[in-house]
Amino acid sequence: MNLIQTSARSTVLAQTLFVALVGLTLVFAAGFAQSQGLHDAAHDMRHSTGFPCH
Amino acid sequence: MKHMVSSALVAGFAAGLLCALLQFVFVQPDILLAERYEAGELVHFQGLANLQDPAAAMDHSTHGMDTHGLKTPAEEGGHQHGVGAESGPSRQALTVLFAVLTYCGYGLALVAGMNLADQLGIKLGLAQGILWGLAGFMAFQMMPALGLQPDLPGTPAADFSARQVWWLATAAATVAGLWFAAYGAGWWQKAAGVVLLVAPHIWGAPELTGFGGVVPPELASAFAARSLAVGMITWAVLGGLAVTLWRSDPAS
Repeated sequence: MNLIQTSARSTVLAQTLFVALVGLTLVFAAGFAQSQGLHDAAHDMRHSTGFPCH
Repeated sequence: MKHMVSSALVAGFAAGLLCALLQFVFVQPDILLAERYEAGELVHFQGLANLQDPAAAMDHSTHGMDTHGLKTPAEEGGHQHGVGAESGPSRQALTVLFAVLTYCGYGLALVAGMNLADQLGIKLGLAQGILWGLAGFMAFQMMPALGLQPDLPGTPAADFSARQVWWLATAAATVAGLWFAAYGAGWWQKAAGVVLLVAPHIWGAPELTGFGGVVPPELASAFAARSLAVGMITWAVLGGLAVTLWRSDPAS
């Protein structure tokens, strides 16, 4: 019983970390990735959210 | 997990739309005006630069400035914007798109953090959700701004990669620092939280080597204050919405 609870808990933990990672990857792509196309498209948003833009 | 993701995305989408709307009203006009200075179409303190050549006082183009050894950042760095200085519908659409993407990303990270807190037995209500949102604002905008002020186009800044590294390190240290300061067990964990909050600023952000912005200071300060205010409003709404949607789990 205890083992099942522990494994359920570690599954929740893994899922939580996965969700956090996906979110931060999204922020990184929108805010930091340096391809010229992404930079131009995200330009105004990067300036006004305070990401280093150029 | 489905519920975690869907509540984060709905909250992020709504916050992103609000952010884009606030930006169109308060922030984007400053950016568009700054770009006209960056491109040399408008010249700040033109009278001073043209003292020796009265004929050039009528000439507001960059060539009038070049004779006095001044260059606009656009000429120096060859930095070109594919989007252009005009405020067309595609530019607005891209700002909405990236505002939504950014805050969906933040929303996912925020709800994941709330889920983690829940696993540790920390109960979160609406008030805590709003505070978590404000904590996110501190970590991802306010504390980085303490070292790296929000920049308008046409504003000189320190080395780009050094700024990115410092920004990321400061955001990470602030997240960890706020967590330990708020939820740390015992005084030493709280003290460690304060150390984490302070450390990036003792280390110091990459610094400018000189001043040379072509944008008027009035415009730059209005932009800095407004972009921070818009960020704070958006994050508070994101936190409040995220916690409300996340707690309304039909499965639990």
